[in-house]
Amino acid sequence: MTDKPKFAMYWAASCGGCEIAVLNIGEKILDVDANFEVVFWPVAMDAKYKDVEAMPDKSILLTLFNGGMRNKENEEIARLLRRKSQILVAFGSCACEGCIPGLANFSNLDEIFKAAYDSVSTVNPEHIRPVPNYQMPEGMIHIPEMNPILKTLDQVVDVDYYMPGCPPESHQIAAVIDLVIKVLHGEATLPPKGATIGVGVSTVCDDCPRERNVKTIKEFKRIQLMSQIDDKLCLLEQGIPCNGPATRQGCGALCPQAGAQCIGCYGPAEGVVDYGARLMAAFASVIDSNDPDEIDRILDGIPDPAGQFYRFSLAGSLLRSSKTAWDK
Amino acid sequence: MAENFEPVIIGFTCNWCSYRAADLAGTARVKYPANIRLIRMMCSGRLDPAFVLKAFANGADGVMISGCHPGECHYLEQNYKALRRYLLLRRTLTQMGIEPGRLKLVWASAAEGVRLAEEITKMVEEVRALGPLHWPMLKAKNGHPVEVEAEAEEVKA
Repeated sequence: MTDKPKFAMYWAASCGGCEIAVLNIGEKILDVDANFEVVFWPVAMDAKYKDVEAMPDKSILLTLFNGGMRNKENEEIARLLRRKSQILVAFGSCACEGCIPGLANFSNLDEIFKAAYDSVSTVNPEHIRPVPNYQMPEGMIHIPEMNPILKTLDQVVDVDYYMPGCPPESHQIAAVIDLVIKVLHGEATLPPKGATIGVGVSTVCDDCPRERNVKTIKEFKRIQLMSQIDDKLCLLEQGIPCNGPATRQGCGALCPQAGAQCIGCYGPAEGVVDYGARLMAAFASVIDSNDPDEIDRILDGIPDPAGQFYRFSLAGSLLRSSKTAWDK
Repeated sequence: MAENFEPVIIGFTCNWCSYRAADLAGTARVKYPANIRLIRMMCSGRLDPAFVLKAFANGADGVMISGCHPGECHYLEQNYKALRRYLLLRRTLTQMGIEPGRLKLVWASAAEGVRLAEEITKMVEEVRALGPLHWPMLKAKNGHPVEVEAEAEEVKA
């Protein structure tokens, strides 16, 4: 044991990309090791929940928590790590706003289980489904119960900071780690509680080098069906539904620069209450028609509006789910 | 439950027309149901779709957006913007499982108190027929109300 400050990282309902992004910071990871003692990081080292339970409260200085609250185990560990940590960061889009796992909130548990255990992807002739409690000859076995609606981290515990991104960009992670180390040495102060860190204050559009004019859209198009894309002009102006106008600055507009529309992984920009609402306002504003029938025709170009506007932020949005997910 | 159900409808009205239409309905003693709660905005173009989502998320059964007739906007053509947002919002809400009938757009000039009262009465009855929405509430970072969520149901083997 050393007296270095303690660091933890945990994954709930997520893909593991966030841990890759942390490792992707390169030699900076040596700074983490030099300044922190890693006490709990299931992806990288062996540890048991009861080891964490045995730690004194508030003994972990920094916990990066990624993933949404899909089941009771996720929630239990979120509460446990909240108790043991001084600084709890909702790390990555899943913890901040649900991300791709949160898209399951368009369906109810029955539909989710059907897709997972009874669709073409699975051979399950006896239609076996997981049950929370099951009697085996050796005794009762338990697995965590699923939440009907995936929650974000801050819907379960108090969160100190948010760090969005799917995953957060490595240079942003490095900057945040640098900041925490500076704080440890008394050379900087922490941002106010509840702040979003490792990001810019504006939108993706402000990082995007594409030329922007007044937008007047007569047709929304799917980028994969277009034969020609102007590589200098704003994608939204070309009728490609680009989520840049509502998305937080932080990635450096990587996708639009590569000729693909922004899909919104960095979450809502500063001051945006509901990401999808902001996008709907933006898209509706640039449609160049005042005739209801023509507007409807133009809107047909966005075949899946809820998916377009809430791809990463459904669980963290005002409605949080579709009615299907909670209606009995 | 449905017999005693009184729908809650949030009405977003424009300062220059529909809010005055409601006012006129009042001074002319035209009756409309108390189910609608009117909120005045400077223009229907001020309507952020987030207002509508927040209304539904916090317990409204229906939302009415009303503004000046096309071509009569006090701010040139912001009511067309409201129209486009309404059409897009309705599509998204349908995907979220909210029936299109729960969101309505009504044009009403300052002289149309009777018409607005009729539209409100009609909508209240339509939403009453649809039944309660009762969107479950949960705390979020922007301080929305908390409601304990029903425990997950056991999925049968």
